[in-house]
Amino acid sequence: MKAFLDGSEAIVRGALDAGCTFFAGYPITPASEILVGMLQALPAVGGTGIQAEDEIAALGFCIGAAMAGARAMTATSGPGMSLYSENLGLAIMGEVPLVIVDCQRMGPATGGATTVAQGDVQFLRWGTSGGYPLIVLSPASVADCYTLTMRAFALAERFRTPVILATDKEMVSTRATVDLASLTPEPVPPPPRLPPEEPFRLFDPGAPEEVVPLAPFGGPHVVRFTTSSHDPLGYLSQNPRDVGALNSHLAAKIEAHRADLEFGLADLQEGAEVLFVSYGTTARAVWEAVAQARSRGKRASALTLQTLWPVPEGLIRRALAGVRRAVVAELNLGQYRREVERLAPGLEVVGAHRVDGELLSPEELLEKGGLL
Amino acid sequence: MTTQTALTYLDQERLPFPFCPGCSHGRVLHQLDAALARLALDPRQIVLVTDIGCVGLSDRYFTTNAFHGLHGRSITYATGLKLARPDLRVVVLMGDGGAGIGGNHLLHAARRNIGLTVVVFNNFNFGMTGGQHSPTTPAGARTPTTFAGQVEQPLDLCATAVANGAGFVARALFNDPSLADLLEAALQHPGFALVDVWELCVRYARSNRETRDKLPTELLRSGAYPSGILAQNERPEYTEAYGEVRRAARPPAPLQGVEPLFQVHLDRPVRCLVAGSAGARVRSSATILALGGVLSGLWATQRDEYPVTVAAGHSISQVILSPEEVLHTGFDRPDWAVVLTPEGLGKVRHLLRRMDRSCTLYLAEGLGSVETGARVIRLDLQGGPKPLPPHEQTLAALAAAVDHSGLYPLEALREAVRRQGSFVEPNLALVEVGLALPRRAVNEWANE
Repeated sequence: MKAFLDGSEAIVRGALDAGCTFFAGYPITPASEILVGMLQALPAVGGTGIQAEDEIAALGFCIGAAMAGARAMTATSGPGMSLYSENLGLAIMGEVPLVIVDCQRMGPATGGATTVAQGDVQFLRWGTSGGYPLIVLSPASVADCYTLTMRAFALAERFRTPVILATDKEMVSTRATVDLASLTPEPVPPPPRLPPEEPFRLFDPGAPEEVVPLAPFGGPHVVRFTTSSHDPLGYLSQNPRDVGALNSHLAAKIEAHRADLEFGLADLQEGAEVLFVSYGTTARAVWEAVAQARSRGKRASALTLQTLWPVPEGLIRRALAGVRRAVVAELNLGQYRREVERLAPGLEVVGAHRVDGELLSPEELLEKGGLL
Repeated sequence: MTTQTALTYLDQERLPFPFCPGCSHGRVLHQLDAALARLALDPRQIVLVTDIGCVGLSDRYFTTNAFHGLHGRSITYATGLKLARPDLRVVVLMGDGGAGIGGNHLLHAARRNIGLTVVVFNNFNFGMTGGQHSPTTPAGARTPTTFAGQVEQPLDLCATAVANGAGFVARALFNDPSLADLLEAALQHPGFALVDVWELCVRYARSNRETRDKLPTELLRSGAYPSGILAQNERPEYTEAYGEVRRAARPPAPLQGVEPLFQVHLDRPVRCLVAGSAGARVRSSATILALGGVLSGLWATQRDEYPVTVAAGHSISQVILSPEEVLHTGFDRPDWAVVLTPEGLGKVRHLLRRMDRSCTLYLAEGLGSVETGARVIRLDLQGGPKPLPPHEQTLAALAAAVDHSGLYPLEALREAVRRQGSFVEPNLALVEVGLALPRRAVNEWANE
């Protein structure tokens, strides 16, 4: 059975099926459909959806709600991500589990509200002070929008971190026939909670890669939360031992589990000399290009990245094995290409990009791959 | 009872407060503690939310829950906490600097009447960063950043909150004997409560003898800034009012699958372009076109292009109907196009130029000539039984084009109108109007 859906609807369905109970956002094209969908749906299931006074407040509301035990999500586009920057840092520092959807549009600045781009890819990773890691997923289909939204909640809670779903104008607003069977639910486990009998703490200095389960406000513990450097009990600290332990933990909890975070679709053909690497909307042009090349008897491989950060290095290295050329296709001037390049010494890595608001075409990709 | 009078949420092991000698922040915090103690709540039911500024150092001296966040954003975290857990007593402690940078949150929280208690420790300058002027620094005051005297007018926090409908607004000096009573009244108020507590930053006073006397007692005494309870109303608190939203809400219907009712054989994808003007229901009509394809057993995508203005300018939809799943959703050569208005035409001329004899272009009568290799069929949108307003032209023209091209059965289009679900009867009538529109083959191969 098929349905005719766009990515926004799939993200809203995914969030609801993940048990999301809280949404705050601010209207912005092309993310407004998610705002409207969540604000209409959440009150009917006992949740709360609110339009904030600005994006700073939208993320602040989500952080407060998440720390009170809600499953929280927000959605915006590039200009809103810019305003999220300070609270994104707070969410990393305070280890706040929440999901942020970035519906990328043309930048910089107000750019093009209704034109597609993938120009936030490095910004999402490095967009707040300190440089600490977070998780960024990217859907390449409407079905992915549904499944990866659910997965984002699960990862946010497991790692106590903001997880960003990096999508784009085309993905959220283009409708497509979707086989309902392909909307694969990934039920989100019950949120990890600090048992009442355990003392309150935020991290265990002896186990930097482990995550202490959340003790929400209003629960059995007296809770301390601070965005300033702190000791394991949440008290402000400038003691280098505490500060070093905290900051090492913020990185280690993700870095140590990179292998669990490598999501992607590898369509590799034996003997192919060209590998296309792409993500999001651009992956669809790659799939078409690869299908066309193969129908003409040429060999080509495609790697679609569903995890952008941390870089799924194992996945990329395995896909690169045996090829001579990698074509990194993206709607920016080559932001992710550098991540592939550093994993591909001695290989020819070329970029296929557009920054004019148009999609990359399969023909352009075949030319870059030398497959025309 | 002795146990009640002895109740405190101050952590005796951590006191004293870390403020400068002579600073009144500690004195105000003791009054807050006294007011909280009168509520006799479980400390886990209280959240003190602070941000950056001297008073932001205070939460660790309390045994309640504490949330310390970014400068001026405490009201946003507090709002999120309250929305998720309306049963919690959420108290925001902020300085005049935080109230300034977070002014937007302050006035919207007041307007929203969310049940927070906001206490502003207002000492008229940035004490933590060296005594720079704050939004409440009085006119004429000298600070490191207003060395010639402040030439801006100060922000009146209370007047702003009152003007925006806050449930409870009060102002008091730090040494007001009734301060604990005022704070208790604020804590007991169900809606948004602001208490603006005026203090004198000791550092600031020491270095600004010439303006010190104006601050803050002189200002209060002059009557320009009234004190005491300035506003109190019984507007519904936000999380309570949100109950109405919950009662009115309907859960989203389960996803409806579309069972194909017709069978159309295509050996390759058909790329359909619909180009018209915003406000003419181009996108919703294109959705009907695509749904008709889905009902005919085809895979479909619909990609829209439009300016950010909602009801002006062009509106373009690209619909792909395919025997297989559509991978790439864009195209630069349509097989089938319906062009309705000059705005739409202006946006797609380069695409029409790429169409050849195997393609068909349906062009509204009255639009100028078009460079294309396609078969061109002119549709007379005004030639039917009655003139069609712009918002009715798109669907009528699509019906004419589906009929002429035999893209899929007309009954699939009619069923798509029903499935799409809005304006069903008028839209079904428009399909019939469309079938009656005069069609004129323009080029010699149009009748092939």
